[in-house]
Amino acid sequence: MPNMQKEKTPMPEQAPDVRNKNWGEVAEGYTAEQAMNEAARCLRCKNSPCVTGCPVGVRIPDFLALAAQGDFEGAYAVIRTTNSLPAVCGRVCPQENQCEGKCVRGIKGEPVGIGRLERFCADFVMKKKKENRNATPAATSDADGGREKAKRGRVAVIGSGPAGLACAGDLAGRGYAVTVFEALHKAGGVLVYGIPEFRLPKAIVADEIESLKAMGVEVLCDMVIGRVISVDELFQKGYDAIFIATGAGLPRFMGIEGENANGVYSANEFLTRINLMKAYREDYGTPIKKGASVAVVGGGNVAMDAARCAKRLGAKEVHILYRRSEVEMPARREEVHHAKEEGVVFEFLTNPTKILTDDKGNVTAVTVVSMALGEPDASGRRRPEVVPGSERELSVDTVIMAVGTSPNPLIRMTTPGLDTDRHGCIVTSDGVTTTREGVYAGGDAVTGAATVILAMGAGREAAEKIDAYLSAKH
Amino acid sequence: MVTILKKEKLADTVTRIVVDAPMIAAKAQAGQFVILRPTEEAERIPLTVADYDREAGTVTLIYQIVGTTTAKLDALACGDAILNMAGPLGRASEFEGMHNVAVIGGGLGTAIAYPQAKALHELGAKVDVIAGFRNKNLIILQKEMEAVADRFFLMTDDGSAGEKGLVTDALRREIEAGAGYDAVIAIGPPVMMKFVSLLTKTYGIRTVVSMNPIMIDGTGMCGGCRLTVGGTVKFACVDGPDFDGHQVDFDELIRRNAMYRKEEEASFAAYREASHEAHACRLQTMGEETT
Repeated sequence: MPNMQKEKTPMPEQAPDVRNKNWGEVAEGYTAEQAMNEAARCLRCKNSPCVTGCPVGVRIPDFLALAAQGDFEGAYAVIRTTNSLPAVCGRVCPQENQCEGKCVRGIKGEPVGIGRLERFCADFVMKKKKENRNATPAATSDADGGREKAKRGRVAVIGSGPAGLACAGDLAGRGYAVTVFEALHKAGGVLVYGIPEFRLPKAIVADEIESLKAMGVEVLCDMVIGRVISVDELFQKGYDAIFIATGAGLPRFMGIEGENANGVYSANEFLTRINLMKAYREDYGTPIKKGASVAVVGGGNVAMDAARCAKRLGAKEVHILYRRSEVEMPARREEVHHAKEEGVVFEFLTNPTKILTDDKGNVTAVTVVSMALGEPDASGRRRPEVVPGSERELSVDTVIMAVGTSPNPLIRMTTPGLDTDRHGCIVTSDGVTTTREGVYAGGDAVTGAATVILAMGAGREAAEKIDAYLSAKH
Repeated sequence: MVTILKKEKLADTVTRIVVDAPMIAAKAQAGQFVILRPTEEAERIPLTVADYDREAGTVTLIYQIVGTTTAKLDALACGDAILNMAGPLGRASEFEGMHNVAVIGGGLGTAIAYPQAKALHELGAKVDVIAGFRNKNLIILQKEMEAVADRFFLMTDDGSAGEKGLVTDALRREIEAGAGYDAVIAIGPPVMMKFVSLLTKTYGIRTVVSMNPIMIDGTGMCGGCRLTVGGTVKFACVDGPDFDGHQVDFDELIRRNAMYRKEEEASFAAYREASHEAHACRLQTMGEETT
């Protein structure tokens, strides 16, 4: 019999006014008992609506059934058959729009905490693996495996974010020799430079990457493809197929007056200084402006991350300025909830028009206008329009622009024959196949900025297409 | 990891290193740069490729010790490894239509101007080099510059070597004397590039400047290096580092470069104190061992 408890089993969390002063993970995760209790809430619906909501098709009822019995390793194995980064997805997927959004239990209560359980199973197994590794060191060696794999073909993956890692994991599993090229000094892409420690501990990302390496995947950092080697040169070096997963890393600005003032950051810069470059730690040399009063412009997950980081750096006041209303906000619901709890102030229907500075070019205030929602626009959301005469000033010393990103132009500029659209997104015929033979692409580089799980879905899709392409060729 | 093969002091606080980086050496061109991080806790900093040897697979970098990260870099010796280095980054310099050029280097900017002067010289252009330094102790690359320059003018602020005066004094004089430059390349402190550009604008001479703003990733990801050129925002790392000097908003650049001055000074002071203490400790230990 399923557990008919209406609400999700609560997950222990750090208290809001404690955690907004530290960088430790907000949600502390279930205990084994809590996990079994929550997994038992699954009704095992015959048509599994939850699975249809998952971009990588995790067999949710199957893994929940095993978890309910306390077989977390078995549950993890089920997840891993379709998802190569469960510890990450359990933490950052927008489950409310995906699996949990389709859960039947959500009709008369709260859906099953699928994300929390995915996270628990992954953490459980990772912890166990670590204990074993410590007990029997030097057990993993894949040098021979790597040579064996080269027989099926060599694949270069450009970018080590979610799309690249998912593709690399799937291809390695199918017996290919895979090299992942990362431009920054640490692998993980947005999981490392973008998503903060308190939401996704970097040790977890490192563990996931270690798991891939143990499968024989080679990861090379400090490699800016397009500069140090071009896509064409990768083919010359003996790669049989290439997957471009370079993301959407080019920050957009609003084009308003004062945007180049000292104290105005792109969210990418602000988050990179904190997450990749550890500006919050005393032992790191990375400087950052610790604003006392901060305005974050935007309503997505990146805006939430920036606002919550600003709070943790010691800001007294953090305002989110979003030009539409709360319902249109694209951020994951849990992040909005957490941000509010931590004292972030939301100014909906508010848009900045100008950034004011002192004579040294430092930010002193931002001029904003109120907005009202008109008719729906191309995105289906109601178009925000300026309310006449609503101009006011908000006194701040830091402004963070989280108004979206575009694909990086480096690959497109250096790869002849690779078509892109007017937004700079790589053109594909089926979501992953580009206009160049043997070259595939996926994730934000194709779709523009989206989610971790959609990028991973594209990575898996590309792995399948690459496998079919190379199998036919050889 | 990139190993330092050679290390040489060029002047007070200015060092030249040759590093083993065959992939970067194979691709580097004048005007491009690398981003490096000497140790785990250090910042990522951009340094222009001062020279390269494709056959030997080496890249030459020149840096001035101005803060914690460059001090940490300088703490590495021959045979030590720089933790991370990515490159070559940025667009290569374009020399099309340049036949009679004044290349101007100011201070450490001379290290960035040198590969440009060398490239132009190899392309057969007539090259005048004007190099300016605060005083004779800071002079770098004089011999190298003389080897690629048709005429070399050395300027110092205090007159301790070469002529006393600013690079713009020499430039104005040569233009007035009928040098007939079709282009000026100016690389140095932003304020120097600003005044060179103001001067050449009055003569209508095409002027290229090389930007060295605050930068993190060097791939267009953060926008920290943004500057205004001809009224539009550009990223120095992917759109530059070379720009039309007559279009650059230098005042904004100067303001943005000062963004972390306070933090940088505090960090450098703490670093020097810590390394001073470590040094004192070592001396003390050595003293104890000998007695």
